[in-house]
Amino acid sequence: MNGTVVRLTARGMLGGRRVWLLGALAVLLVGIAVLARVLVPVSDTEAATLLQGIAFATFLPLFGLIVGTGAIAPEIDDGSIVHLLAKPVSRHTIVQSKLAVALGATIAFAVLPTVLAAAVLGLGPGAVLAFGVGALAAGAVYSVLFLLLSILTRHAVIIGLVYALLWESLVGSFVPGARNLSVQQWALSVTESLAPDGLVTANVGLGLACALIVGGFAAATWYAGARLRVLTLTGED
Amino acid sequence: MATLQIDACSRWFGNVVAVNDVTMTVGPGITGLLGPNGAGKSTLIHMLGGFLPPSAGTVTLDGATIWKNQEVYRTIGIVTEREATYDFLTGKQFVRASAELHGLADPGAAAHRALETVAMTDAQDRKVGEYSKGMKQRVKMASALVHDPAVLLLDEPFNGMDPRQRLHLIELLRDMGAEGRTVLFSSHILEEVELLAHQIEVVVSGRHAASGDYREIRRLMIDRPHRYTITSSDNRSLASALVADGSTAGVSIDGDVLRVQASEFLRFAALLPRVARDADVRLLQVTPSDESLESVFSYLVESSSRASSRTSSRTPARATASPATRERS
Repeated sequence: MNGTVVRLTARGMLGGRRVWLLGALAVLLVGIAVLARVLVPVSDTEAATLLQGIAFATFLPLFGLIVGTGAIAPEIDDGSIVHLLAKPVSRHTIVQSKLAVALGATIAFAVLPTVLAAAVLGLGPGAVLAFGVGALAAGAVYSVLFLLLSILTRHAVIIGLVYALLWESLVGSFVPGARNLSVQQWALSVTESLAPDGLVTANVGLGLACALIVGGFAAATWYAGARLRVLTLTGED
Repeated sequence: MATLQIDACSRWFGNVVAVNDVTMTVGPGITGLLGPNGAGKSTLIHMLGGFLPPSAGTVTLDGATIWKNQEVYRTIGIVTEREATYDFLTGKQFVRASAELHGLADPGAAAHRALETVAMTDAQDRKVGEYSKGMKQRVKMASALVHDPAVLLLDEPFNGMDPRQRLHLIELLRDMGAEGRTVLFSSHILEEVELLAHQIEVVVSGRHAASGDYREIRRLMIDRPHRYTITSSDNRSLASALVADGSTAGVSIDGDVLRVQASEFLRFAALLPRVARDADVRLLQVTPSDESLESVFSYLVESSSRASSRTSSRTPARATASPATRERS
């Protein structure tokens, strides 16, 4: 980790309009929970379904996309990344520093609101914790995946959106096998193991899910550094 | 003292060859990389700066491969042509961040020194995003100089500068060169390069077309066939008088105008008015028809490829000696 890279990334990512967008989304997430609670009596099962459908299926992938790409894609797009790359700093250090910022933003704007929403919906402390840990796992994996994607391609946002919308929401619902490769299912598996029995069901076993979360996170972090090392600037265009 | 070496280097993007078998050595002092837009100058600078691997050949700094070697940035400072910076930082913060990333012992002092060198201390507390193009260029320069590098690479540094900023940058680069640093800058303007560089490398269409000091390059550019379009009171008399002289390679009459190809520039310039007077012909208009830099460059390429077909070498045109031969494998 490099303090200067962390500072530059944080200012670049949260200094502009992005922070308002993130804040608005976080408020929206909690707002939906408040509305649901106020308007109708919510059972624990309904609360869990709501959190899964909104926080896990929609908000977390979306947040991961915004902060994961936001940590590096604009710099690659406008070429200002050269100011970081023309320095004797390990590319892995750069990636880790940027990832730390993305993770921090995910926790502040996605994981904490999820926890808050779970509490608002009247879930017990055990279930709230379970959703919090699950959200953290999902947020971390999404952040690093979209950060990696930004280094691999200039179309990271489009591809990321397609992944978040089509793969996680649609394919996963119709093709059972695809759920093994769904970050959402991995995270739900973690939540399932911590939550009171029967509240949440995941399609992926806990062992596999943990291995995929930890292994995927570590591998993607390493690979992002390796790819940043060979990032090329296009010639005259 | 640091030396950059480009050896039998090519770079292609898909089917497009941006740099074609270039070999050159850039040593201490100021070297100008001259060529028209799209000639491959930026590609070369990107390869020298470690932002692009060569498709073939090697690019090294004092023998060490530059690509994938972030340690070279302890020696290299680079200013790319693209303007983007961290617009949300002030000039001072931007340069200081560079100093920190270089791991300098006293980043604040180094940043101040670099900002002083480019005369930007007055504006250092304003946001980079509010700077003019020339000021951005200078603050980028400060950021590239902050670790006192032995090598400075600049891609089109004079673009967008007003005359005063241009003068200041020229002075600055001269000082850098005099201190024994290796300074390489690219430009498509001959006068700019001439003014500053003690060594000029001409690149055209990805090929290394010529190499030498500014006198040699200038001579190569002047000493070539020139074409003129002439209108006069009597084109036919003038044509016959011109053909009689050896410095005219070809004359043709094309409707109302006379097209002349001169084999020697200086001699023809002296000849034309004399011949016209002797033949009692009034010259109405004399227009050089290929004075654009493009055509000067393409002449250099043609002459270097003629040389290569003659000698089986692909060495650029050299004014100092007959082309050295390097056998093609």
